[in-house]
Amino acid sequence: MPIASQISMVPVVVDDDKCIAEKGCRTCIDVCPLDVLWINEETGKAHMKYDECWYCMPCETDCPTDAVTVNIPYLLR
Amino acid sequence: MNLPDDIEVKDIDILIIGGGTAGPMAAVAAKEKNPDASVMLLEKANVKRSGAISMGMDGLNNAVVPGHSTPEDYVKEITIANDGVLLQKGVMTYAENSFAMIQKLDKWGVYFQKDETGEYDMKKVHHLGTYVLPMPEGHNIKKILYRRLRRHRVTVENRYQAIRILKDAEGNACGCISLNSRTAEILVIRAKSVVMCTGAAGRIGLPASGYLFGTYENPSNCGDGHSMAFHCGAELTGLECYQINPLLKDYNGPACAYVTGPLGGYTANSKGDRFIECDYWSGQMMMEFYNELQGGNGPVFLKLDHLAEETIQEIEHVLHTNERPSRGRFHDGRGVDYRTKMVEMHISEIGFCAGHSASGVWTNEKGETTVPGLYGAGDMASIPHSYMLGAFVFGEICGVNAAEFAEGREFAELDMDFIISERDRILAPMKRTDGIPPSQFEYKVRRLVNDYLQPPKVTKKMDIGLQRLIAMEDDIQHLFARDAHELLRANEAQHVYDCAKMAAVASMYRTESRWGLYHHYVDHPETNNEDWFCHVQLHKNEDDEMVCKTRPIDPYVVELDDNEKNAYSQMRVQQAS
Ligand SMILES: Cc1cc2nc3c(=O)[nH]c(=O)nc-3n(C[C@H](O)[C@H](O)[C@H](O)COP(=O)(O)OP(=O)(O)OC[C@H]3O[C@@H](n4cnc5c(N)ncnc54)[C@H](O)[C@@H]3O)c2cc1C
Ligand code: SF4
Ligand code: SF4
Repeated sequence: MPIASQISMVPVVVDDDKCIAEKGCRTCIDVCPLDVLWINEETGKAHMKYDECWYCMPCETDCPTDAVTVNIPYLLR
Repeated sequence: MNLPDDIEVKDIDILIIGGGTAGPMAAVAAKEKNPDASVMLLEKANVKRSGAISMGMDGLNNAVVPGHSTPEDYVKEITIANDGVLLQKGVMTYAENSFAMIQKLDKWGVYFQKDETGEYDMKKVHHLGTYVLPMPEGHNIKKILYRRLRRHRVTVENRYQAIRILKDAEGNACGCISLNSRTAEILVIRAKSVVMCTGAAGRIGLPASGYLFGTYENPSNCGDGHSMAFHCGAELTGLECYQINPLLKDYNGPACAYVTGPLGGYTANSKGDRFIECDYWSGQMMMEFYNELQGGNGPVFLKLDHLAEETIQEIEHVLHTNERPSRGRFHDGRGVDYRTKMVEMHISEIGFCAGHSASGVWTNEKGETTVPGLYGAGDMASIPHSYMLGAFVFGEICGVNAAEFAEGREFAELDMDFIISERDRILAPMKRTDGIPPSQFEYKVRRLVNDYLQPPKVTKKMDIGLQRLIAMEDDIQHLFARDAHELLRANEAQHVYDCAKMAAVASMYRTESRWGLYHHYVDHPETNNEDWFCHVQLHKNEDDEMVCKTRPIDPYVVELDDNEKNAYSQMRVQQAS
């Protein structure tokens, strides 16, 4: 059963300039109830890896540097 | 026989599965009951921010506070709201412990709204009594619970999805098999008693937006507990009494008539007229909501545009900072301002939830399921309309009783064959090189649920829906996951699938209509108390088939007068009908 990958616009945006993941911060990744935030291997910063978001906001609220913005997922806007 | 190296085993006296609301309370209560016992809280997400109350809560929906109501009043109200089918003893146990739990939480630092005299500032939202206690500063509740877990030295394991309950040779629950959602490692926990607090089954139906994770419930609550209970032989009850809620269209969060109602807001039709007497969520109220939505007066709206500026600011402060704080952004995106526009509402996808409705794993007034050593609390259990405070009360009860059950017991011999075959089944999607992605499989299940199983329920439709679901059984062996995260989703999707089948089987069994919209069965439109004044229990028979049976309703502890029984049937505002 062959597969294809589809792209998706994700609701959560991380400001790479503000994110301090390289200092070991994993706060947003830890608190996300759906485990959709991961470290981006290329940039070393946090990012939304899977488009599976409840727009609940612990990631944004708990980020120590205000790097995270939660938008409403496109299909709901 | 030893277990292979890739299966880690941990021994713990009392295992609590699910660290949202009921779970942390159960863990603390078990430790308080027996400080020498080891207690583990296993959580799929991270207990710091997991579950329905992840960002806080707007208020207690069912506080039984002396001077405002008695436990008897409350039991009556819930009996009427639930069309008589309930374990009254369970609701009574909740009601009698409700106030003590509020005081305990208050002492722990949870802030409840008080009036000028320092008394709890109770509001009337229910049809008959006064049970709502606002908590506009309710953001800190998870932090407070977390502190208690640390203080009692509860072992916390985050990012593990429990997948199957283990049973010993005598049939007692003795642990669970779980999957790490980051590493795809299998962890077996051997325990002397188990409490399930896995929340509602919130991913059975598809939200109107089509976004799989835009559910009313926190989507990490996908029905794992319901499926685990079924597979280990426990009975589930009232699954045909779906949870369906009136929500903000597309956003799919509560419109919060409980917050706005006491301040003058209400649910209105497109003409701006009130059409329901009472905004408390019940099947009867949802029926009127549905009729208005589908009739010429729809859509339905939350009306606030007549309120004073200070009141609107107060409402915005609560609704845009607590519980579902992204709500303000949603309104901004659409240019909706409470001052000038009514807010469009809709009905949610279906779910199983004892917190709002009455569907879940059967539990009695002690929190016991029908499997010895296995307890259940909160939204996944079956004490109706229990909400957040019910999750705390029964979490505590289950923690204490599970600690007692564990006392003096030995660790059971593990069933190696079962564990190994389960490991292979759980990990299979990652062993494949292609196949059906979990998201596609899940989308299809949930789309079938919307097409065939949501009310109005029709036998022929439900029959087709069930057949289509059964045909999907073959697809499970083709589920494909590229990483640990997708493997989590693949295992969740199988539980979503189980829940969808359960919804069909239970709905077709009860050949009457009851609970307003929740079980609005077009082929059997009347309530038939002669044949169906009973619980419907769904379980697995000896041939592993999904079947139902009836269970008589235990004698009431609070009798209703004849004129009270229909109070919730008269929901429609007279002049608007
Ligand atoms: C949006 C919303 C608003 C609400 N508003 C109110 C309100 O204002 N007042 C009120 O009284 N009630 C309200 N409720 C209801 C109340 O929040 C719930 O009834 C209550 O919190 C349920 O507690 P619980 O412990 O059963 O579930 P939850 O708190 O949701 O916890 C379930 C936990 O189990 C975990 N889990 C699930 N599956 C597994 C697994 N397989 N393995 C390990 N862990 C697992 C989940 O990650 C989650 O942390 C609201 C509910 C929602 C969804
Ligand atoms: S919490 Fe903020 S700083 Fe920390 S990893 Fe996430 S985005 Fe970066
Ligand atoms: S909004 Fe919630 S679900 Fe979405 S990424 Fe943030 S924490 Fe995760």
